[in-house]
Amino acid sequence: MTAAPVEIAGACQRDRAGIRRWARNPSAAAGGALVGLIVAVALVSLVWTPYPPLAVDPSHSLAGPSWSHPLGTDQYGRDVLSRLMAGSRVSLYAGVVSVLVATVAGVPAGLLAAQWGGVPAQVVLRLSDVLYAFPALLAAIVLSAALGSSTTTAMLAIGIAFVPVLVRVTRSNALVVLGSDYVLAARAYGRRPLAILRRHVLPNIATTLIAQMSLLFSLAILAEAGLDYLGLGTTPPTASWGDMIQTAQNYLSQDPLLSVWPGTAIFLAVLGFSLLGEGTAELRNARLGRSA
Amino acid sequence: MTLLSVRDLCVSTAGGLRLVDGVSFEVQKGERVGLIGESGSGKSLTALAIVGLLGEGLRATGQVLFENEDLLAVSERRRCQLRGNALSMVFQEPMTALNPTMRVGKQVGEALRVHRGLSRRAAARAAVELLARVELPHPERCAVMYPHELSGGQRQRAMMAIAISCDPLLVVADEPTTALDVTVQRRVLELLDRLVAEEGCALLLITHDLAVVSEMCDRVVTMYGGRVVEVGPVERMVSSPAHPYTEALLATSLAVSIDAPSDGALPTIAGNVPAAGQFPSGCAFRDRCPRRAPACEETPLLAGDATHKVACWRPITEPVGSPAR
Repeated sequence: MTAAPVEIAGACQRDRAGIRRWARNPSAAAGGALVGLIVAVALVSLVWTPYPPLAVDPSHSLAGPSWSHPLGTDQYGRDVLSRLMAGSRVSLYAGVVSVLVATVAGVPAGLLAAQWGGVPAQVVLRLSDVLYAFPALLAAIVLSAALGSSTTTAMLAIGIAFVPVLVRVTRSNALVVLGSDYVLAARAYGRRPLAILRRHVLPNIATTLIAQMSLLFSLAILAEAGLDYLGLGTTPPTASWGDMIQTAQNYLSQDPLLSVWPGTAIFLAVLGFSLLGEGTAELRNARLGRSA
Repeated sequence: MTLLSVRDLCVSTAGGLRLVDGVSFEVQKGERVGLIGESGSGKSLTALAIVGLLGEGLRATGQVLFENEDLLAVSERRRCQLRGNALSMVFQEPMTALNPTMRVGKQVGEALRVHRGLSRRAAARAAVELLARVELPHPERCAVMYPHELSGGQRQRAMMAIAISCDPLLVVADEPTTALDVTVQRRVLELLDRLVAEEGCALLLITHDLAVVSEMCDRVVTMYGGRVVEVGPVERMVSSPAHPYTEALLATSLAVSIDAPSDGALPTIAGNVPAAGQFPSGCAFRDRCPRRAPACEETPLLAGDATHKVACWRPITEPVGSPAR
């Protein structure tokens, strides 16, 4: 068949063009660079940090930036740069777990609510309302009390709190797609409802979902930092950005920079994921010939 | 042999409003039937009811016998088996009837994957062949494009490729060219004509253009106000329609052709199609009809011989052109 080589060559061309378009979109390029940097740092920290992030050195406590400790040390003399690098793992883990939990539960629920309509949809939506009305912080406290305080517990709570958001976004967007002519056409050539959800609805709401998920990812990083700050998430001495800010608070007058470093890291991570989500959505729309 | 037999089909809203009211007609194996009428006469709803794709809140009653199987009575699962397979449909709006996130070739191969269980690869190959059959230029290249990269006419060709992919017995085409440029309408219709001939399948062509029907169809069903007002062979319907509504439709479509005598003004049908539920009692066309009479206050029934039937109290008996009365 002569079609195959053409197809493959075409696909390769499109991939290269895709990378170029990616680089030219400011949001996608900046977001991709920031996220790439954070992921790279997290990976590097697995095998190398300037000092072990838990190594205590009382003789160098609260030392400002120097050649041996570029970002200084904390009250126990631990290297801030090393802890910042190790902390990126916690933040990424937090984002992945909570968004995964929210997606796995929220997207199918939203899709099915849109497909079924009627009473089953109302049940799904009211359940998600109840979840939405339940304070996330309280959920985190309850879960920590029940399961013990850890990053995973905190992120489970955050993920559950995100579920209603994804249910609603998924359902409202899926409803629009389900009313479209191409879904009618798909039914006309014999596709069954679940296959229509998977092949026609999901790809068409993906743009919105990706944007929403990246926003949630950045919110999760913030929330994880917040829960750490309250002592509900990652337990010391494990390095996490939220915990670093919390301890830095006690030494604000002696060493204000100590809180600036993790704060900046959180800021960059949140910005990176938001931009990446926005850029991805823009590029996908452009590829499919849609405006905005 | 009768392929499709629609008997006393009614489509009503949840509020009990009858949008299609007692429609009956038949389509023989390999026959081409034109279903004509203005917007709002219920022809698209009739088509959707036949394929079982009525919107939410609409209910169909009566019988739709397709190969002696009542499509209104069978399970949704069974209907899914038939749709796109023995019974396929071409829609009015090619711009929106293709999934914008799915490459054209993949989409054209969908019906084959559903009904023939083809692998992704085999469906992709078959799709390229189908795209070639519907005369898309560079079918291999079109197959890997997204719908927005094709023109309206090309997209409608792709839709037709889907419709014929599983060797249907009946293709229901709901105003397949209405949304297209006038310049490509003709070529798309020629393609539909050729495909139906090649497949040897029956065609139910829904349109408001009698000129199109006269070229493509064997028989014509005229609908107005959700009812069938006239049925007959195409020659008869075009040369001497009996129902004033068919005649009026004929006058409007003939006037568009260049060689028609023109006195400057295009003929129109007086008045508008009333909103559903606001048709007058008795003959629905009564208020707009030039031949109305007191008798028209009662609903006329479809009557006539085996081939030609009309629902009118004062049918036209003279051929078109001779002075009325």
